[in-house]
Amino acid sequence: MLEVRVARRIGTLDLAIDLSLDRETVLVAGPNGSGKSTLLRLLLGVLRPDAGRIAVDGTVLFEERRLAYVPQDYALFPHLDVLGNAMFGLSGLDRRERVRRATAWLDRLGAGHLLRRSPSALSGGERQRVALARALVRTPRALLLDEPFASLDPIARHKLRASLSGWLREWRLPALIVSHDPADAVLADRVAVVERGRIVQQGTLDELRGAPASDFVAGLSGTVQAMPERAP
Amino acid sequence: MRLPRANAWGAAQACASALLAGFLLVPVAALVLTLRWAEFRDGLRNPLLLPALRLSLFTTSSSLFLVVVLGSLLAWRIARNPGRASRWMETITQLPAVIPPAVAGVGLLLAFGRRGLFGGWLAAHGIAPAFTTPAVVMAEAFVSAPFFVQAAIAAFRRVDENLLVVARTLGASPFRTFLRVGLPLAAPGLVAGGAMSWARSLGEFGATLLFAGNLTGRTQTLPLAVYTAMESDLRAAQALALVMVAVAFALLFVLRRMAPGGVLPAAEARGA
Repeated sequence: MLEVRVARRIGTLDLAIDLSLDRETVLVAGPNGSGKSTLLRLLLGVLRPDAGRIAVDGTVLFEERRLAYVPQDYALFPHLDVLGNAMFGLSGLDRRERVRRATAWLDRLGAGHLLRRSPSALSGGERQRVALARALVRTPRALLLDEPFASLDPIARHKLRASLSGWLREWRLPALIVSHDPADAVLADRVAVVERGRIVQQGTLDELRGAPASDFVAGLSGTVQAMPERAP
Repeated sequence: MRLPRANAWGAAQACASALLAGFLLVPVAALVLTLRWAEFRDGLRNPLLLPALRLSLFTTSSSLFLVVVLGSLLAWRIARNPGRASRWMETITQLPAVIPPAVAGVGLLLAFGRRGLFGGWLAAHGIAPAFTTPAVVMAEAFVSAPFFVQAAIAAFRRVDENLLVVARTLGASPFRTFLRVGLPLAAPGLVAGGAMSWARSLGEFGATLLFAGNLTGRTQTLPLAVYTAMESDLRAAQALALVMVAVAFALLFVLRRMAPGGVLPAAEARGA
């Protein structure tokens, strides 16, 4: 269970978000400048809230966030190979155990054959798999994904969306996906639409389709083609 | 106004290039070309050479160590915490680069000399650095620090913030994040800065002469030995100078090889 109740004023944005996730995937969608990335920075502890609390399973998080984070560009460490990246979060264990756990996760995500590759030699999809493995080896209590497919080409995006959807259902951990791409809604059990720092509507994709509360929600419930700027 | 014709512009560039490159190369070439082999061999037997060489290697490696350790931490702080305090700190670390070395020597003397600002306090604790080997290290560290710090700040600023955030979410402490992510990614820039800083302290003359003196075996580094030899024997000075050039080239070569350019593609290290 991930509980988020934060408020923060930054520039012209007045953010106040109240959101809780049980073992489910929630898509936080919203137009640019709506406060999505500010929310993410608050969750990551890069930015301090003016008020509020973030708790996982009832434990309030301070500096040590213990949340798995996969950024938009995946941010693999360029000076480490795939195995080195996947092992980064495992300290305090002996090397054999670290290799074993990292390899197990890379295998599970279909990246087990890439161990000695440098991140610069990987495709976008492979990078995402490695970044997910790196985040998940620490058996996190919640997962944060920032625009998971924004840096992929349309074909890879389609394939990986299907894989990720399956994995999320399998892992059953609170997962928060931040995206401005309506097509990512298929990943989520629930969609929370953020506009001007507030959640304007929340529910399953079908519920949102039934009664869109704003133009953005109406666009969200349409198809990808209905959003000209997102058309491939 | 008519622009100069293209071929005139080309000729101007060629002339300027030849003139400046020639001017920079000729003195170095003269050092080598005007000395006979036998004279060079005799020069190597000059009693000033060995103590000065030993002292120069010891003091420059000490000052490099100090500058790299303290400078890396300072540069990391400045690069990661932009703000007014950091801008001031950055300006302060660049001061020695614009101060003439002789002025730096006077300043060091007035600060740490026996009658200097902190001289009395230091003497009360049994420390009197002026005109000792530590004074040489201090003078070298003072003049060479800006070169390393400047390069280190630039190198650390190029490290992608996202990588540091990810490292923190993976449980790395701020120190481990610096050690495992910041340092390796900035390494090529740090090595280049270290090389520049080391070359500057190897050539250090003015501040050393004023703050540490010119005592054989204790404060007489290679540049001071060259200066002392000049007074009696130009050929001996020339031989010493050539040894210095050779040491400088050798160490720069080693530093270049040490740079982890082989591990990291250069474009990636310098780019994003």
